[in-house]
Amino acid sequence: MTHLIRACWTSFSQFAATFGGFQMFSLRLLPYLPKAILRPRLITEQIYSIGALSLVLIMFGGFFVGTMLALQSYSTLVEFGQVDSLGAFATEALVRELGPVVATLLFVGRAGSAVAAEVGLMRATNQIAAMELMAVDPIQRLIVPRFIAGVISLPLLVAIFCTMGVLGAYLIGVHQLGVDPGAFWSHIQERVDLYEDVGSGLLKSLVFGISASLMCVYEGFHADPTAAGVSRAATRTVVITSVWVLLFDFILTGMMMPGG
Amino acid sequence: MTSNTHAIDISVGLFILLGLGSVMFLTAQTLGSSGFSTGETYTLQARFDHIGDLKTRAPVALAGVTIGRVSQITVDPIDYRATVEIRIDSKYDQLPIDTYASIATAGLLGGKYIELEPGGDEEVLRDQGEIEFTQSAILLENLIGKFMLNAKTESND
Repeated sequence: MTHLIRACWTSFSQFAATFGGFQMFSLRLLPYLPKAILRPRLITEQIYSIGALSLVLIMFGGFFVGTMLALQSYSTLVEFGQVDSLGAFATEALVRELGPVVATLLFVGRAGSAVAAEVGLMRATNQIAAMELMAVDPIQRLIVPRFIAGVISLPLLVAIFCTMGVLGAYLIGVHQLGVDPGAFWSHIQERVDLYEDVGSGLLKSLVFGISASLMCVYEGFHADPTAAGVSRAATRTVVITSVWVLLFDFILTGMMMPGG
Repeated sequence: MTSNTHAIDISVGLFILLGLGSVMFLTAQTLGSSGFSTGETYTLQARFDHIGDLKTRAPVALAGVTIGRVSQITVDPIDYRATVEIRIDSKYDQLPIDTYASIATAGLLGGKYIELEPGGDEEVLRDQGEIEFTQSAILLENLIGKFMLNAKTESND
């Protein structure tokens, strides 16, 4: 019994320490952010490897989520004779929920784990210690550009994901299932609101971008300097960020629900 | 090295352009409903006995064309009538003062909206004015209830 309590206490205090360490780390990054603009080259390179290289995966994912939504909603809508609102349904679901969440999950799997592994490996091979020895601040040089690049990239990737999704839904809905193209677009215009739907989706993606990027650099920077530590850091990044995004999406949706 | 960084710059530029283009696309496709509200509007009030399930942001239509939206719905605590505030595009500021407002349903299952029927008066409704002539929402449940009651009394006779 005492064993159990002690084990619980240890894991709880470990969790609290990680959580607290994460908060402290986030605060530590703040003063570096303005200075990072002085080295835009570092950020561009990271946007390339984090954002531009994720593009194909995101476009692929968005397109097929859109086609799936069109097929799935058609089978329900056709029973009520409401197939004209297929476009509005797919767009609303994409920009509000699926876009931010699925794009973030893909982004973390594609780019986030890579960032964590890269930074973790630098820690394991003493490159970070070498930088400190040369009076180069590793946070300024390594962490902040990756963080900023993630925050810039994710909302753009989400927007691309949603656009590809809408086009996918259009392709299936109009060309395959015979929805009227005029009704498809006019229902989107009528039902989907710029601020409430698109705005809240982009706000969500910004929040996810900040938290997912923070999680990646934190896990990488604090990885155990061993081969197993690096792999654990990459795994933990994906697991924790996915759980966090799904949980936080529920909370944000509850908060942004019109009249909810 | 130079050509390598050049390639990176180009792909980052393309990526950001594509992202901003997508934001523009989503904005353009969805602007229809909210783009309207950014223009000049004026406010009118109408009071109804019952509004059914009219919601804020429901369309206000004149001859079937949307010219405004419901901006606020409250209940008057003194005479218990619903006060509906509507915003109408300033382009349509020539509505006669005896305009008739009714709550209509779009299709059989569609949402409620306000349909305006202009009267013949020369005087026009001004900002913050009130539409005097209104008709409440027709509640399908009540109609069915009345119909069934009638059928029952007839069969009893």
